[in-house]
Amino acid sequence: MRKSKRFAAIALIASLGLVAAACGDDEKEEGGSTDTTEQTPDTTGMGSETTTGDTMPMADITGGVAFDTGGRGDGTFNDSAGVGADRAVDELGIDVTELEANVDEDREANLRLLAEDGRNVIVGVGFMFTDPMTAVAAEYPDITFGIVDSVVDAPNVRSLVFAEHEGSFLVGAAAALKCGCDKIGFIGGQEIDLIKKFEAGYTAGAKYINPDITVEVKYLGPAGDNSAWGNVAGAKEIAAGWYADGVEVIYTAAGGSGAGTIEAAIEAGKWAIGVDSDQWATSGDAAAQAVILTSMLKRVDVAVFETFKAVAEGDTEGGIKVFDLSVDGVGYATSGDYLTEFIDQLEEIKQMIIDGEITVPEAP
Amino acid sequence: MNQPLDESLEKLTKTIASTPKVGSGRFQRMAVTSASSLFAVFVALAICAVLLWVTDKDWVKAYSTLFGAVTEERVLYDTLQRATPLFISAAAVSIGFKMNLFNIGVEGQMRVALLATAVAGAAVRLPAVLHVAFCLAVAMIAGALWGGIAGFLKVKRGVNEVISTIMLNFIALSLVAWAFDDFFRDESNTEGVLVKTKELPSTAWMPDLVDKPKLGGTLIVALVVLLLFWVLVWKTKFGFRLRASGGNAGAARATGVNPGRMIAISMLISGALAGLVGMNRLMGDVHAYQNNLGEQQGFNGISVALLGQKHPVGILFSGLLFGFLSAASGKLQLEDIPKEIVTIMQGIIVLAVVIINGVIQRWDERRIQRKAAAQLEQLAAAEAVA
Repeated sequence: MRKSKRFAAIALIASLGLVAAACGDDEKEEGGSTDTTEQTPDTTGMGSETTTGDTMPMADITGGVAFDTGGRGDGTFNDSAGVGADRAVDELGIDVTELEANVDEDREANLRLLAEDGRNVIVGVGFMFTDPMTAVAAEYPDITFGIVDSVVDAPNVRSLVFAEHEGSFLVGAAAALKCGCDKIGFIGGQEIDLIKKFEAGYTAGAKYINPDITVEVKYLGPAGDNSAWGNVAGAKEIAAGWYADGVEVIYTAAGGSGAGTIEAAIEAGKWAIGVDSDQWATSGDAAAQAVILTSMLKRVDVAVFETFKAVAEGDTEGGIKVFDLSVDGVGYATSGDYLTEFIDQLEEIKQMIIDGEITVPEAP
Repeated sequence: MNQPLDESLEKLTKTIASTPKVGSGRFQRMAVTSASSLFAVFVALAICAVLLWVTDKDWVKAYSTLFGAVTEERVLYDTLQRATPLFISAAAVSIGFKMNLFNIGVEGQMRVALLATAVAGAAVRLPAVLHVAFCLAVAMIAGALWGGIAGFLKVKRGVNEVISTIMLNFIALSLVAWAFDDFFRDESNTEGVLVKTKELPSTAWMPDLVDKPKLGGTLIVALVVLLLFWVLVWKTKFGFRLRASGGNAGAARATGVNPGRMIAISMLISGALAGLVGMNRLMGDVHAYQNNLGEQQGFNGISVALLGQKHPVGILFSGLLFGFLSAASGKLQLEDIPKEIVTIMQGIIVLAVVIINGVIQRWDERRIQRKAAAQLEQLAAAEAVA
């Protein structure tokens, strides 16, 4: 009796320890992971997808994707890159290996590992790969590299940059048009230049429609605070407060944290705007879909896919590839059909941005 | 009536005092502690094998890949590279432990030192060797000052250092991010998305020991830190007092050691070492401050210190192990093994060490109690006969 009790206690402690260890890790890697990643680590965060397109003709090149800490399972940015890689596997028959960074040093090590493994094209997802890629790309001139969200000046690196401010301008305009209100909000992840671009475009877009509109702005963490990308509770707290205070629409550009805004929107019965991916489609949840007005689409998937495709077709040149409104590299989602009555107006604004009649600011 | 009781109590106290604790001999203690650390590693390997097996991953392949990586030159160099900051941060944490202080604030102290060193290092012009020394000194001073706040709060206000260092971590993160963003970012670099401080002049760069695969010179600094840590704690009068007051504050005070002073000094030293943690990245690699530089190394040092049983030799081995696991994790991912397994393994290792140490200590106490109780019974029996 006593023994079995003791065993039970040990088993309990051990399993608690495991959970604690696992959670601890998640926190370290992802800075407070979202609910979704914790529930389904097997299908989201883990492992490499060395899928071989067995029904497809095999391309004779191989690819690699190096994710930053966090990686797949954030429901937005990284997943979008993952979709691009999956498309390369499915449509081009490219064998793609994914590596995800655990710590600072992993970024360069993973790029190197993929290069040594003989990959023909390697994409680094995120601007933290800037320096590592500069170093590794110089050592492997025969490999084509791609970097998302940054510029690396090397003949064999394709720099994949986005006009997030332009897309954000459109969702800002959509927010102001839809709510007809005088108060909307913006929640950012880390307070860094990249995210300020989203804020600047959003605010400008809303003010373009309604010059008197107030845009509440809050960031979840200072630069360097990785928890800002997975702070669901923090985003929810801010959003709930704002909604109660008369804010009608909140745009969240904070990776996985955006789930918190959506939760608060559901509870308050108000609008939320997603980011990077079409979160109406990725949420797959009727309650969430009822409140996701639109999403600012940042087609990381397109950028990643196009990089693989170009190399598969023999174009191994580097250079800066800008994904803006004119090439549908950014945009807004219409899933849910909440914007139908404003589509014409939004399309008109979009064209004006493309034509240069509207200049969207890149900094608030 | 009282006389015999007093006598027997006295006898009892003597018995307790004279019963040797397990591993009280020097070599015996070393054997016990290293055995428990080794055992913890095996426990973690076993649990992770089960985890892999349960999740339908090929655990045999995982371990053969992992241990197969030992033979690869690049992995070995990478192991040393990654172990370098772990050695230093584990030493910083261990100095605190010796004084019974749990300095969770190494991360924040490191962060403050990183920015301070990046800014001060870029602002001065010095010849090569001097410049490197200057940067290391700035790093230590900045780390010591930040760590010293927790020491001050503990001595003067009795604030638990665990709480204050956690809070100081948050403050450091925000303060450094704000100061960096508002004052010290390099505005001349407008193209890159990656924002940095002004680059350190090449005189402040830590030279590499080996160029390719890269092995930075900070490794030497780290090894010197471990050596000095050993000398300081085990070979000096200060170290003796440190261990004495860490082990039994009351007794130490009775012999004239001022515990407040010891706390303040050990927090300063711990902070100074913490300041050096990020230097292999700052001075040896990036040559400027950027966000996320060296992140987590302050926390990883706690794990390495615990597995290394707070001893420099132990830290050397555990730092190498953690560095190796980290260096080999990419290889595992190539073989379709989730990268999380390495961090889970590290977590279980540390947990197992803590549990095993706790079990040994309790078992030891209970053994002494039993012996004392037996003696008490004997005494009682003798008295009854009388």
